[in-house]
Amino acid sequence: MPEEAKNKRLTDIGPHDFHDYLPPVIKKNYGKWAYHEILDAGSMVHVAESGDKLYTVRVGSPRLVSGSFVRDLCDLADKYCSGYLRFTTRNNVEFLLEDEKNIEPLKQDIAKLGLAAGGIGNVVANIVHTQGWVHCHTSASDASGVVKSVMDDLYEYFVEEKLPAKVRIAFACCLNMCGSVASSDIAILGTHRKPPRINQERLLNLCEIPSTIAACPTNSIRPDTQDGKQTLRINEETCVFCGSCYTVCPAMPIADPATDGLSIWVGGKVSNARTKPTFSKLVIPFIPNDPPRWPKVVEAVKTILDAYKEGAESGERVVEWIERIGWPRFFKITGFKFTKYHVDDFRLAETTMNYSSHTRL
Amino acid sequence: MGKKHETPLLDELKKGKWVSFVREIERAAEKSERTEDLLGQVEQSYRDKVTHWKHGGMAGVKGYGAGMVGRFTEFPDKYPGVKECHSMRINQVSGFFYNSDVLRKIAGIAEKHGGGLLNLHGSTGDIQILGLRQDEAEEAFQAYAELGFDLGGGGSDLRTPSCCLGQARCEFANYDTLKICYDLTQAYQDEMHRPLFNYKFKFKFSGCANDCVASASRSDMAFIGTWKDSIKINQDEVKNYVKKLNVQKYVIDKCPTKCMWFEEDNLVIDDPNCVKCMHCINEMPKALRPGDEKGASILLGAKAPLVTGPRMGMMFIPFYDVLEDSKNNYEWLKQLISNIWDFWDEYGVTRERIGELMQRVGVVTFLEGIGLEPIPEMVDHPRSNPFIKFEDEEEND
Repeated sequence: MPEEAKNKRLTDIGPHDFHDYLPPVIKKNYGKWAYHEILDAGSMVHVAESGDKLYTVRVGSPRLVSGSFVRDLCDLADKYCSGYLRFTTRNNVEFLLEDEKNIEPLKQDIAKLGLAAGGIGNVVANIVHTQGWVHCHTSASDASGVVKSVMDDLYEYFVEEKLPAKVRIAFACCLNMCGSVASSDIAILGTHRKPPRINQERLLNLCEIPSTIAACPTNSIRPDTQDGKQTLRINEETCVFCGSCYTVCPAMPIADPATDGLSIWVGGKVSNARTKPTFSKLVIPFIPNDPPRWPKVVEAVKTILDAYKEGAESGERVVEWIERIGWPRFFKITGFKFTKYHVDDFRLAETTMNYSSHTRL
Repeated sequence: MGKKHETPLLDELKKGKWVSFVREIERAAEKSERTEDLLGQVEQSYRDKVTHWKHGGMAGVKGYGAGMVGRFTEFPDKYPGVKECHSMRINQVSGFFYNSDVLRKIAGIAEKHGGGLLNLHGSTGDIQILGLRQDEAEEAFQAYAELGFDLGGGGSDLRTPSCCLGQARCEFANYDTLKICYDLTQAYQDEMHRPLFNYKFKFKFSGCANDCVASASRSDMAFIGTWKDSIKINQDEVKNYVKKLNVQKYVIDKCPTKCMWFEEDNLVIDDPNCVKCMHCINEMPKALRPGDEKGASILLGAKAPLVTGPRMGMMFIPFYDVLEDSKNNYEWLKQLISNIWDFWDEYGVTRERIGELMQRVGVVTFLEGIGLEPIPEMVDHPRSNPFIKFEDEEEND
């Protein structure tokens, strides 16, 4: 390489070409896979038209990991699968093996590291989640701590197939929903419940007045003057505590330790299998933050999962089960209270009402 | 060496069977002193029940307006190690495929220039390196670049595209998700690194209607694999499934359009009535496979709640021939994307996603704006209210 090229600053090179990291068996059978079979909750086999087989061992990860964790994974990949591994969209690690005989020893080494093989088939999948108090400025709760507490409780459902269908749980620490919770079987969502507070001193230095006004979904922010200086006024009657204004204007903090917490949603689904994709629906409007273990959140998730496991038919996702038995029965079984907050009064709200005489009495 | 900060609350999260993120932060702190202060700050958040990250403050590398997220502690004197605790988004490999060699190097750079902590991966798909200071950002950026990795998106730009693992391992994949994801990411580097949009814009690529990357609930432009011709049936394998599974109850009766039935021992499918939902193929992968004329549906407008509420993607293009267009450098698709971005640029307002723009101006106006004809596949059913805004009829119409 010539000297000036070596010193050239590299920009806009884009992502690394994926071909460089595909194991040979994938390169050979790319686009020519015939079928797959789940061996157990932690492993599966994909069979190519050529007859070649690729074994996958899936392992749950906390998503937030150290360099040492990465090296642990790499050591196992070197030992059992020529260094090839990948990650899933739900933060699992997958080891890509050519030799079936390596599955069991790999699983034993995984267990020695304190990790769990699982997450395949009719299980509680690893929880997709956000940064929370570890790294986010808008969060209404921590993320990793709630996820850890829930997964400790649901561990058996990750490592063994014991459910009628897959259950996808997701966590987002505010309404920005960086974690894709909107279409999950069970969603846990960080929720603020008080209007933002305007920091007059910082407002004019940090915020653009028009874009802050425009950020509000309910037109609750209006321009105002205070002591001859431009400021903003919030209509607390119509504010829905979404935090959108804080995202564009740092001088409007909304987090409040006394009133922030979590809400629970169920019955979302993004797959098109059988029924159309649908959003998660509110079942518990608010649970106060209770670190370090959020016992009421854990209990609520377990209540939903137990009711689902008991009531759903084989193959039914949470939403299919609830729609079969009806929402009134869901609330009755779980003991969750139906309140005025469960009736949608936001934009397009009327679409969620029951326009029929259909009622299960 | 003793612990710099006592963390009795976080210590509770080292108990239990599931892998502990607290232990991971501690392991990173063993190598990176600054991460000890991260532990201290998170413990304080657990005590105070509130985040202690400030809002505001930039971080980035020269020539890029995206790819790093600035993060500053509220208590720089108490937790000097996280006075600056920025994150750097590294564009992941399509399908999240790596090998041990490159992952060790990625982790090594995170330890040398950051706090030794990574997200594998962020929700959009990037590898996130946590805990960088601005003064080491350039060096980290170039270290990753030398490894063949670039930064991802952020802010009001094209966010890092992502895809399912597609044809690399999945027999359900109807097009090469890894390739189109890689190709389009390369094609739109400028739009990713230099935010000029009204708000974020996301592409996501799923190989079939199972939609493993949740494209239809969170990406402005979702590609969902589908096929035009008939499901391929292996009748012998159907018979094998019948021996171990109640195919009538769990497969046929659950078909959303009732397009399949048994004629004697043979499974029959009324393919023109199939909506490609994947249920029967999911249940009997050895017996049923998607057809040969494969491609993708394109759904537009999905987004998370902010600003005006969550939206699912709406069907706009029932069938896009990915393979054919890829031979043409995606000419047709790039024109459609350009039409969408131009219309958004012209008529959208700040922080308005494509779906919200559609809602505000009306779907028909949007269709006309991007040059698509209305077709019945776009609607659940035709309108049922009579408030029609008729336009003057053109002569000879």
